[in-house]
Amino acid sequence: MGPFLVASLMVGVSHGADILRIEGNRVHTMAGPVLDDGAVLVEDGRIVAVGPAADVPTPEGATVVRGAVVTPGLIDGWTTAGLTGPRNHGPDQDHAEPNAPVRPELRAVDAYHPRDPLLDWIRGYGVTTVNAGPSPGQPVSGRTFIAENRVDRVSAIALESDAFVVFSLGDGPKSRFKNQGSASRMGAAATIRQALTDARDYAARRSLPAADRPAPDLGKEALVDLLEGRRSAIVHAHRADDIDTALRLADEFGFSLVIAGGAEAWLMADTLAEAEVPVLVGPVMARSWRDGEQRNSSFACASILADAGVQVGFMSGYEGYVPKVRVVLWEAAIAGAHGLGSDRTLSALTIDVARILGIDDRTGSLEAGKRADLVVYDGDPFEYASHACTVVVGGTVVSDTCR
Amino acid sequence: MVSAVLAVASVAHAATIAFVGATVHPVDGPRLDDGVVVVDTGVLTAVGPRGSVVVPDHATVVDVTGKHIIPGLIDLHSHIGGGRLHEALDPVQPGISAADAIDPSHISIARARSGGITTVNVMPGSGKLMGGQTAYLSLREAAVVDDLLLCRDPDTTVWSPASAFDAATPDAPPARHRLVCGGVKMANGTNPQGNGSDPRTRMGSAYLQRTALMKGVDRLEQRALRADWEARGWWHRWRNDAPELPEDDPSEAILEQVVAGERAVHFHSHRADDMVTALRLREEVGGTLDLVLHHGSEGFKVAEEVAAAGVPVAINVLDTPGGKEETLERRLENPAHLVQAGVTIAIITDDPVQDSRLLLRSAGLAMRGGLDPDAALRAITLTPAELLGMAGQTGSLTPGKDADLVVLSGPPLSVWSRVEQTWADGDKVFDLATDRLVQDGGDAVDAPLGGR
Amino acid sequence: MMWAWLALSAHAAPVAYVGATLHPVDGPVVEDGVLVVEDGKILAAGTGVVVPAGASVVDLSGRHVIPGLVDTHSHVGGGGYNDALKPVQPGLSVIDTIDVSHESVQRVRAGGVTTANVMPGSGKLMGGQTAYLKLRDASTVDDMLLCTPRTEPLEVPDDGPLRRTHVCGGMKMANGTNPQGAGSDPKSRMGAAFLQRTALAEGVEALADGPPDAHDLDALGLAEVVSGQRTVHFHTHRTDDIATILQLRREFGIDVVLHHVSEAWKVVDILAADPVPCSLIIIDAPGGKQEAQQLALHNGALLEQAGVPVAFHTDDPITDSRLFLRSAGLAVRAGMSPEGALAAVTLVPAQMMRLDDRIGSLTPGKDADFVVLSGPPLSVWSTVEQTYVEGVAVFDRRTEEGQRLATGGAPEVTDPDLLHAHGGD
Repeated sequence: MGPFLVASLMVGVSHGADILRIEGNRVHTMAGPVLDDGAVLVEDGRIVAVGPAADVPTPEGATVVRGAVVTPGLIDGWTTAGLTGPRNHGPDQDHAEPNAPVRPELRAVDAYHPRDPLLDWIRGYGVTTVNAGPSPGQPVSGRTFIAENRVDRVSAIALESDAFVVFSLGDGPKSRFKNQGSASRMGAAATIRQALTDARDYAARRSLPAADRPAPDLGKEALVDLLEGRRSAIVHAHRADDIDTALRLADEFGFSLVIAGGAEAWLMADTLAEAEVPVLVGPVMARSWRDGEQRNSSFACASILADAGVQVGFMSGYEGYVPKVRVVLWEAAIAGAHGLGSDRTLSALTIDVARILGIDDRTGSLEAGKRADLVVYDGDPFEYASHACTVVVGGTVVSDTCR
Repeated sequence: MVSAVLAVASVAHAATIAFVGATVHPVDGPRLDDGVVVVDTGVLTAVGPRGSVVVPDHATVVDVTGKHIIPGLIDLHSHIGGGRLHEALDPVQPGISAADAIDPSHISIARARSGGITTVNVMPGSGKLMGGQTAYLSLREAAVVDDLLLCRDPDTTVWSPASAFDAATPDAPPARHRLVCGGVKMANGTNPQGNGSDPRTRMGSAYLQRTALMKGVDRLEQRALRADWEARGWWHRWRNDAPELPEDDPSEAILEQVVAGERAVHFHSHRADDMVTALRLREEVGGTLDLVLHHGSEGFKVAEEVAAAGVPVAINVLDTPGGKEETLERRLENPAHLVQAGVTIAIITDDPVQDSRLLLRSAGLAMRGGLDPDAALRAITLTPAELLGMAGQTGSLTPGKDADLVVLSGPPLSVWSRVEQTWADGDKVFDLATDRLVQDGGDAVDAPLGGR
Repeated sequence: MMWAWLALSAHAAPVAYVGATLHPVDGPVVEDGVLVVEDGKILAAGTGVVVPAGASVVDLSGRHVIPGLVDTHSHVGGGGYNDALKPVQPGLSVIDTIDVSHESVQRVRAGGVTTANVMPGSGKLMGGQTAYLKLRDASTVDDMLLCTPRTEPLEVPDDGPLRRTHVCGGMKMANGTNPQGAGSDPKSRMGAAFLQRTALAEGVEALADGPPDAHDLDALGLAEVVSGQRTVHFHTHRTDDIATILQLRREFGIDVVLHHVSEAWKVVDILAADPVPCSLIIIDAPGGKQEAQQLALHNGALLEQAGVPVAFHTDDPITDSRLFLRSAGLAVRAGMSPEGALAAVTLVPAQMMRLDDRIGSLTPGKDADFVVLSGPPLSVWSTVEQTYVEGVAVFDRRTEEGQRLATGGAPEVTDPDLLHAHGGD
C-alpha cells in the first residue's frame, strides 16, 4: 500500500513536464495574421501561449527551438500509410479486404501499424496527423482512423477511432470487384445503394420487439451511424460523373460527405461549392498510367476549387507501386505553384483539412488550448531547397533532423 | 608472384591483437587451458600457452579469461545471402552462379557471423540435377560480393577475394568462369525430379547427370589431343591439322573443371541408393571428381562403400527425422557411425533448414549421438576447410593462417555457451556486446527508409 | 530526311533573346544576358553580345533561360514497352512502338524537356534498343531520331535506311526484381546474371567472326553493345545488383550508364573507383518494392562529392516530365550543389547519351534547345513558359493548348473513328 500511494502521488505532481518554446521569424498560426518574430509555448502536449516572441514567457527548463518559419503540423486528409508498408508484398499490406464489395464493419484502427516506416517518412516532412483508411476500390469499405503520427500504442495516439465510412466509385470497383457486382459504374452505385437501403431497414427494425429485432450487424451499425448523421462519408471519386453520382447518393440517403481524389472536381467547382461538399485533392502529381479516371487531372484543380469557394484539403491516398507513399507537403506545393498560392496552400494543409476531418477543435492551428502539433522549417515550407527541421506531435519532438 | 600481390590486396587491418587467458582449441593440436592467440594484420602469428608466447609490445591486449577460443566455423552447406537460389532454366545449368544472387547486406549473413561462422559455401538449391556454381565466401566485412567471394586460379591453391583478382589485372579482369570461386551443386533423389523439364525418375536424373559429365570428359580429351599434337614435331604438325580446342563456353568450361577435379562437386543425396549412384557416376568419369556427398541421411547403411571410395559426407544434424520419404531414417548417430567406418565427415546447417546461429549446436547433437567431442569440433572447422581446399589458410588456430576465430563464453559444445565475438580475416564482424539482437533475434525491424 | 526538316523550319533571320538571366551550364550564370539563335543553332550566349543586324529581338526581362532539359529515361509515347518474347531481346527496337502524336510526348515539351531517351521497360533482362529523340514538332518518330553513324567493324557502307547505317539509341538492360519471375524469365538473380553474361559473350563471339549478318537482328544488337557503339542503360536498385553490373562491365568492357541506383549511397566509393555514370531517379518517398526501400534523396549529393557523373531522369510516367526540374530542386534540398543539379538535367545526361557535342548547354554551335522559365530553375514557384527546339517554339504556355498541357486536363476525343477498341495496346 505504501509504495503504491507514493507512486500515485508522484503522478499527480507536475514536474514542468516537457516545456517547449518554439520561435520563428514567421509564425503561421492559422488563427490570425502571420506573426513576425513569434513564439509558441508548449506544455504537457498543449499550446499554452502563442504570440509575438516578446509576449510569450520562457519558463525555466524550457527547451528552445528556433527556425525561420513555424506552422501548425500538416494533416494528411486520407492515406493508407500505416496500413501498407514499404515492402509492398503480402505480409506488410493491410489496406484492402478483397473478398466482398461491402465491408463497412472493417476498422482501419485494427490494421494500423504505428511503426510503419512510411509513417516515419512522412513524419519527417511535417505530417503530424493522418486520417488512415482502406485503399480505394471497395464500393463500401471500412472506417478510417485519425491518429497522431507518433509511435505508441494505437489507443494512445487515437484522435478518432472510427471516423469516416469510405465509399469508392470509378475505376477501382470495376477492376477489384468486377466479378462481385461492380464491373460497371452502374454496379458499384447499385451496391452502395443497396447497402444503404439495407442499413435503413435494419435501423427501422431495431425498434421492434426483441423477438423480431434483427441480429446485431456491425457493418449495418456503421452505416446507420452515417445515415443518422453521427458520421460522415468519404467518397473516393475522380471523374466528374463519379463525383456527381456521389452527390446524388448523398442526396438520396441524406448523409454528409467529403469527396476524395477529385481529379476532375475542377470541372464542377460551382456545383461542389453550392452543395458545400469539401474535397480532399490527391494525388496532385498524378501519373498518366493509362487513359483512366485521372487523365484529366489538373495541377490547378485545388486553385480552381478554392476560387469557387470549395473547402479544400490534401491527401496522399494509396500508391500501388513506387513510390509507396506521397508527401502531402510536396503534393500541395505543386498546387500552390499553380494558382493556389502560398497562404491558401498552407491553410489547406492545416486548419481547413482539420475542419473537414472534424478535428479542428483539437488541432490545425496554433492556439492556446489546442494540441501542440507543429513544424519548424528553415525557409519557405514549399520550396524545394527548404527543410522541415523540427516536427512536434502532441508536444513531443518526433523529428529533429532537417529534411 | 601473382599470389603475393593478391595476398597483399586481401589484408584487412594493420592491427596487432593478443587474446590472453582463454581456453584455446586450435583443433590441429591439443587444447590449451590458458592460452594466448596473437593476430597481426589479419593473420594468426602465434598460438600457445601463456608464458611461451611473446606478446608484442604494440599489441592491443584483450583479456578473455574464462572464455574459449575456437577457429572460425566453416559451414559447407548454406543458402544465406537473401537470394532466390532456385533457378529453373534447365535441369543441368552449370553456368548459373550462386554468387550473382548473394546480397552481403542481407540479415542472414549477419546472423551467420553471430553464430561464429567465418567461411561459408552458399549453394544453389537442390531443385535441379546440377543447380549451378556454388560460392565460397569469407564472411569478412564487405559491401559487395566481390570482396567476400573466395577464388583461386585453377593452377594454385591460394584463395583470395574476387576483387583482388580484378584489381591485379585491371585492364583484363579474368572472366569468372576461368577462376574457381566455389564448387558445383548437384542433387539426386526426390527434389530435382518432377517439375517442368526435369526428369520424372531416378533413371532420367542419372542419365542427364552422366551426359553432362561426359561433356566434361570429352572436352578434356579434346584438350589432351591438342596438347599431344602441339608436342609433336613439325612434320607431323604440317601433315596433320591441329585438333580443335574445346569452345570457350562458360557453362561447358565448368563441366571440364568438375571432371578434372579442379572444382568440387557438392552432391545432395539422402537415400542409400542415391548415394551409391553418385559414387558410381564418379567412377564412370575416371574417379577424378572431387566429390562431397551432402546430407547422407542413410549413410549409415552404406558406410563401408563410402569409406572405400574415400568420399566425404557433409551432414546436417536435425532434431527429428522425416518430412519426406528419403529422410525417414535419419538419426543422430549417423555422424558417429560414419566416422567409425572410416568416412570423413563435416557438419553443416543447410540454412535455413537449420539456423546458422546454431551450427555449434549441430556439433553438440552429433556428440550426443556418439561422436567424439574433438571430432565434432573438427567437423565444423578443419575438415570443411580441407574439403574446400582451404586448409592452408583457415580451419584451425595455426600461425600463418587467416585470423578467423570465435570467442565463446564457455566450452564450444555446451548449450550454455554463446558466441561473444567473431573475427573473419582479421575483421571483428560480430560482437555480442553491441549486436545482441542479431544473435537473439528481434532485430528484424524495418530499417528507416531512404538512407536515413 | 533530317536535313529536309531543318530546311523547312529553321528561321532564316537570327533572333536575339535579351534581358533574361542565362544559365549556360558550361559557364557561370549571366544576368541580363543575350542569346542569339540562327538556323536552329546558338550563335552566341552571354553578356556583351552584339545583336546581329537584321535580327528580331525578343524581350525576356525577368525570365530565366536554361538549356533544354535532357531526360535519359522515359517511357512516353503511348505504351507497349515490355515485350515478352524472351528474356534477352537485343533485336527489338522501341522506335517501332513510339507514337509521337500521343499526348504524353507533348507533355514532355511542357516540362522543358527537349531531348529524351525513350526506352523499353525493365521487365526483361535486355528489353531492346532505346531511342534518342529530339523533341521537334514532327509527325513521325524517324524525324525525331538522334543518330550516329556505325563505325568499324560494324560500319555499313550502303545507302540504306537510317536504322541500318546508324545507331539511334542505346540498349536497355535491367536486373533486380522486375525482370524476374514471369514466363520464361529467370526466377533468381543467379539466372538473370547468367543469361546476361551469356548474351554478352554471344556478342563477343558474333564480333570475333567478322561483322554479323545484318539480318540477324539479335546478333547485331549484341555486337553493337560489346563493341561499345551502343550504350547500355541498365536499370538497377540494390547494391548487390549494382555490383553485378560492375562485374559485367569489367568483364566485357561495355559502355554502361546505371539507372535509378537507389542504393548508390551505400557504395559511393566503389562507384567512384572506376567512375561509372549514374542516372538517378528522385521520387518523393521510397518503398513500393523491397529493392527501392533504401532509395535516398541524397544520392546525388554524395555522388557529386565523390566525382561520379550524376544525372537525373523522370522515368515518365513514374514521375511526370512536366516536373523534371523538381528532381533537381529536391536533389539540392538533400545536399547537392545547385550548379551540379542543373547540370544533372542538362549537360551531364547529354554526355551520357554522347550527344554533348550538340546539346546540353547554351554554347555557340550547339542546337538552339532552350527553355524560358518564369523564375529561377530550382524554385517550385517557377513555371516553364516556352520550350524551344532548334530555334522553334514547340511549347508555349501563353496559348490555351499550352496552358492545358502544362497544368492538366486531357482533350476530348472528337474523332469517333478513334474510339474503336481493337483489343489491347
